[in-house]
Amino acid sequence: MCLAIPSRVTEVSESEALVDHGGVKKRVKLDLLDESVKVGDYLLIHTGFAIQRIPPEEAEETLRLFDELLRAAFDDEGPPLPGSS
Amino acid sequence: MMKDLRFRDRAKAEELARLIARLAPEEPVKLVHVCGTHEVTITEFGLRSLLPPQVEILEGPGCPVCVTPVKHIDEAVALAEQGHIVATFGDMARVPGTHQSLEDARSAGADVRIVYSVADAVELARKTDREVVFFAVGFETTAPTVAAAMLDGVPENFSLLVSHKLIPPAMAALVQGEHDISGFLAPGHVSTIIGMEPYKIFPERFGVPVVIGGFEPLDILYSIALLLRQLRKGEPKVENAYTRAVRPEGNLKAQAILAEVFEVTDHYWRGMGPIPGSGLKLREEFAAHDARERFGLEVESNEALHPGCRCAQVITAKARPDQCPLFQKACTPRTPYGPCMVGEEGMCHIWARYGGRPKL
Amino acid sequence: MTIKQDERITLLHGAGGQLMGELLARLLKRFTKTSVGGGLGLKELDDGAVIPLLGKNLVFTTDSHVVQPLFFPGGDIGRLAVAGTVNDLAVMGAQPLALSCGLVIPEGFPISELERILESMDRALEEAGAALITGDTKVLGHGELEGLIINTAGLGLAERVVTDAGLRAGDKILVTGTIGDHGMALLAHREGLGFETTLESDVAPINRLIARALEAGGEGITAMKDPTRGGLAACLNEMARKAGVGIMVHEGAIPMREEVRGLGELLGINPLEIANEGKAVIGVAPERAEAVLEALRSHPQGLRAALIGEATADYPGKVILVTEVGGKRFLENPIGDPVPRIC
Repeated sequence: MCLAIPSRVTEVSESEALVDHGGVKKRVKLDLLDESVKVGDYLLIHTGFAIQRIPPEEAEETLRLFDELLRAAFDDEGPPLPGSS
Repeated sequence: MMKDLRFRDRAKAEELARLIARLAPEEPVKLVHVCGTHEVTITEFGLRSLLPPQVEILEGPGCPVCVTPVKHIDEAVALAEQGHIVATFGDMARVPGTHQSLEDARSAGADVRIVYSVADAVELARKTDREVVFFAVGFETTAPTVAAAMLDGVPENFSLLVSHKLIPPAMAALVQGEHDISGFLAPGHVSTIIGMEPYKIFPERFGVPVVIGGFEPLDILYSIALLLRQLRKGEPKVENAYTRAVRPEGNLKAQAILAEVFEVTDHYWRGMGPIPGSGLKLREEFAAHDARERFGLEVESNEALHPGCRCAQVITAKARPDQCPLFQKACTPRTPYGPCMVGEEGMCHIWARYGGRPKL
Repeated sequence: MTIKQDERITLLHGAGGQLMGELLARLLKRFTKTSVGGGLGLKELDDGAVIPLLGKNLVFTTDSHVVQPLFFPGGDIGRLAVAGTVNDLAVMGAQPLALSCGLVIPEGFPISELERILESMDRALEEAGAALITGDTKVLGHGELEGLIINTAGLGLAERVVTDAGLRAGDKILVTGTIGDHGMALLAHREGLGFETTLESDVAPINRLIARALEAGGEGITAMKDPTRGGLAACLNEMARKAGVGIMVHEGAIPMREEVRGLGELLGINPLEIANEGKAVIGVAPERAEAVLEALRSHPQGLRAALIGEATADYPGKVILVTEVGGKRFLENPIGDPVPRIC
């Protein structure tokens, strides 16, 4: 449930921002955010409201987490579950 | 670049799929998510075809329109038939009530509008003298947007038909008593609002691992791998695999806005029955904008499932859609019998559209 | 056949999905003589009908057009009415000769707008190289009709008819350009959703583009269809079903504008399920595929033409999508017009 799409901020006013997702622009409300927003930030948009700011370094961080798991899991997989080989 | 936030690299997906195959035990593992958008990603990207056969991923009650009680749909239809403008999300339009859906009512001449946001419905009310009723469905992600609109101030002719639901109590209903759920893939965007805390009961009280997952195909494969690793280690806990959108504490401002406008109430889930503390209702101060108070609605509704319909099992992850005798025979997206087929996000509906887990 | 008293036509019946197919199957049974001289007729439900005549093939088709709004980014109802009919002829392998135009106009409709629409029709006819040779006009009283209805019928001549049923296992599947433009441009423009885009409908007559493909492909072109209502998904399903072959399509190979993809994600609507009005799907024998692709790309309307998949002996009647991440699923026939979702 709950379709929410990360979109980039292109304009900010007091309680609204204009965001861009793949060239599609939409005015969204910022009422639910507890931090300030600036042009270039990514916001998670659900039904016309920003529900979270996505820090720019988090995209890198996500990829790092994927790789960390891939590395770690092949090094040490922990004790096998009963019945598994 | 937005591309950086689309995690769809094929080589990485293959690597994660290989890891999942290595982490998977020999015996069946049943992972349950409770989110229509998770199901869309899983089916739309064909992720089930990348999983080993013993790892099954099923949708619990994650489609808010599917679990909307028939009574609420009947109320919305009744309001539309009385000549009021009923605005709602596209998802809700085709879900049948006792006699008809909102789309049926529109075919018969009622004024039913599809909106993208509650803000659009408020705007609609500002431009007309007629009564505008917003049929407010959705989980913890959507309810704060409706609450924010109320706090922002709405015109006198605007009211809400509230049918908001809360996810953790429904998840708890799945694991109370006998169950064979190995782990939960928790809904990322609900978690954006509520944080990690509400899921702690699952590992602590029920021994069921929880991973909060994002919505890109790699997010989901990664989350499945984390769940399997937890199972392997035998240490159930709540893990956050969607750190870019979910803080441990959630979105505190959204939580506060939600609590200012709504209070928790018991709620009836179509296909599941009543679940204590699983719904929201408007607080007393907003009674003037509560459509039920305002229009004194009385409808006669039939909540009973069709005989033979296994939605109660599908919606509680006890059966797959293709294990129901009615699936794609009597029960199709256009002639839905039960809640999992009525909404576009229902597991039966999605499987009917995308072909479920085909042997490919 | 009895019709239940309470059955009513809903919008879904006209959306080009499964429901429309069932309604058509039911209604068409009522006609007894449905073809002429052994040519393709009503039963084949192809893009047009064929009358064999003096060693050639006269291709005949008709289409009624309604669209809201009447003027949209990239086109208008007039251009749509010409392109729709011309393209139906073109994907049958025919060069369009002449069109008719039936107008149903509501009382009070501004004449200046009507003139704009007809001028736009004329420009599209010129692009197609076809003439408008007959027509009819009706006016309905206030409140009896919203908007405007334009019906066009078209006649064309084909040396060799190409149906939408001729795919053979092993054939390559080409599309002539980006997918989803028309449907997404209209959705973006639709009142109430509040999206701003520079998206434009792809509405255009593409008979000259198709002619180029036919020249390059010759007998190697086995099937053609235009992916209008129901989009690429409905089009491929129909081609697979009619030919009794499977179709395997590679998602990553399907040309798509970034804005179409973006709006699709925002609205929860799959661009493969929405209308195109200036595109064709072409089945080609593998040995001719490169030549046809090259010919398409040499035309300004075909710059983004692409090979997106192939017909298979496995899974007859089904379309399989190999997704961006390498998963596989069936690409099903859409049920009706997709609605935006939030959940």
